Amino acid sequence: MPNEVLKIEDLHTHFFTDQGEIPAVDGVSLTVHKGEVVGVVGESGCGKSVTSLSIMQLIPSPPGKIVGGSIHFKGEDLLSVSKKRIKEIRGNEISMIFQEPMTSLDPLFTIGNQLREAIRIHQKVTKKQANERSIEMLKLVGIPRAEAVMNEYPHQLSGGMRQRVMIAIAMSCDPEILIADEPTTALDVTIQAQILDLMKKLNQEKETAILMITHDLGVVAEICDRVIVMYAGQVVEEGTTREILKDPKHPYTKGLIRSIPKLHEKDQQLYSIPGTVPKPKMGNVGCRFNDRCEYAHDRCFAETPELFSIINNRYSRCFLLDDSEGKVVTDAEANIRS
Amino acid sequence: MLAYTMRRLLMLLPVLIGMTLITFSIVHLIPGNPAQVILGETASETAIKDLEESMGLNEPYVVQYGIYVSDLVQGDLGTSLKTKSPISKEIWPYIAATFELTLFAMLFAIIIGVNAGIISAWKQNSWFDFLAMLIALIGVSIPVFWLALMEQWIFAQELSWFPSSGRQDNRDPMEPITYFFVLDSIIQGDFSRTVQVLKHLVLPSIALGTIPMAIIARMTRSSMLEVMKSDYIRTVQAKGSGQLLIIYKHALKNALIPVLTVIGLQTGVLLGGAILTETIFSWPGIGRYIYEAITYRDYPVIQSGILVIAFLFVIINLIVDLLYKFIDPRINY
Repeated sequence: MPNEVLKIEDLHTHFFTDQGEIPAVDGVSLTVHKGEVVGVVGESGCGKSVTSLSIMQLIPSPPGKIVGGSIHFKGEDLLSVSKKRIKEIRGNEISMIFQEPMTSLDPLFTIGNQLREAIRIHQKVTKKQANERSIEMLKLVGIPRAEAVMNEYPHQLSGGMRQRVMIAIAMSCDPEILIADEPTTALDVTIQAQILDLMKKLNQEKETAILMITHDLGVVAEICDRVIVMYAGQVVEEGTTREILKDPKHPYTKGLIRSIPKLHEKDQQLYSIPGTVPKPKMGNVGCRFNDRCEYAHDRCFAETPELFSIINNRYSRCFLLDDSEGKVVTDAEANIRS
Repeated sequence: MLAYTMRRLLMLLPVLIGMTLITFSIVHLIPGNPAQVILGETASETAIKDLEESMGLNEPYVVQYGIYVSDLVQGDLGTSLKTKSPISKEIWPYIAATFELTLFAMLFAIIIGVNAGIISAWKQNSWFDFLAMLIALIGVSIPVFWLALMEQWIFAQELSWFPSSGRQDNRDPMEPITYFFVLDSIIQGDFSRTVQVLKHLVLPSIALGTIPMAIIARMTRSSMLEVMKSDYIRTVQAKGSGQLLIIYKHALKNALIPVLTVIGLQTGVLLGGAILTETIFSWPGIGRYIYEAITYRDYPVIQSGILVIAFLFVIINLIVDLLYKFIDPRINY
């Protein structure tokens, strides 16, 4: 498809530690189209941040290494281009904002300095032009008294303001795609909503695609067009936001959605998926979710499920959705398909 | 910045008072009576009494201390017992000599130490890193006097690259103005002399600067490694910036505070503790001035020398503190 901005296929990013090789990202594929907002959801340690850092090739190495797969940005294979080209793409065509606005800005330089730097790395402009562009960006992300903020240091701003500055830096070169790694996690709820509104606005006005890494289904519902659910280094389900939230197919996604507290239900214990996320390890056989899944049957322990296609662009990594399979657990299946 | 500077200057007062109290007490802590010490064992009762009278030793301690401080404020450091001349006049060339040596030793230590630390952190676990850290380890372990003697043997005696002692060629001494010989020779436009004076500085500077260099290199490396892991460095990388900008702009500035602390402390140590180096290289510095005063039991000189060293130490720490604020806008007292 011509309007594919980012296409990741079968990405494997492994960490080589004293405890052995850890496949943090184990065969992830995803696609982001022009102007689209794609959410990547999963709990801590499922590999969603590592996926995003792999795209930027900011995996701390050693111990991390991309050992397989491909990442295509507008047809260009990022894993085989030169380091120089990667630097040209970073911050210019693909930008990234991070989870921790409190520590993501250099405390010893003014906001203006850090914004101008981002612009002048990629564009041949004078300091004055960079300055004007910086002020324009600060206004765009809704910072009041932008001119004054240019001369202030990060510690003089609140967390929400800093995240706005981070977004201003990321958007300053009009990137094709913005990777947001849990941009609202460290912020309180009202500020979260403001930041999400801002990102939605930028997405609509500038047609910047967004890859939203989050563990918060509320954020997904708010902003994403399509969702990819990750578990233990793999994609377990993919679909539009509506499909995922209204009709989850994978037992893990079902569990996630059931564990959201509901306003109208009182006096109930909040549901949680039993057990904890397994540590990713090499040579895993069987479904990674098998020990926590209420539908698990023999096959889930003996074979590793693939990503089964359900309908158009709708996938789930669960044997219950394997049409070729005989009816093994009819009850459970009837339940999950209904 | 101004308010910070003023506050920091105010904090200097108690330190200065403490310093003068200690140097003042030195005279009174010596066994026996100062007049007795000055006049020697064989002095007569009356001579001691007379001297006590004339020196004001009969007054209460508080009054004596008051007189001492008011003299100090007026720049009167007392009179040397040996030369009978005012210490404030004769101490300056020694201070200048020590200062010049310390400056060059620290320049050597900072330029090599900081850069070696940066490159070691940048190329962590590379052959450069291992080699630099090995040299740094040897550097902190080497006794200064041994290094100084080896330098003299190899570079002065065997190779004759550099002179082995003194501040200048004694057959042709210069007319000092400020007593900073490098500066003086430049003022006088005598550049061949500048080269000659610089050559005299090389060996003692290296001997004196090796330990600080090693400490600075190790401190810079560990501080840089710490900073390189931080979130804001990742942000700069995500902006698409090159390694040089990351290392020399963002990482170095953030790693500098602990390095600066070490530089300040080491400078202070060199100012006061260079007696070994100064003796080996016949360097007429403050360390040797005090050392000679001790052998002559010239108490006013010892007292003033210690006071001057302490004062310089305090000033250097003040400069370091002001530099902190310059580097890190968050720092406040």
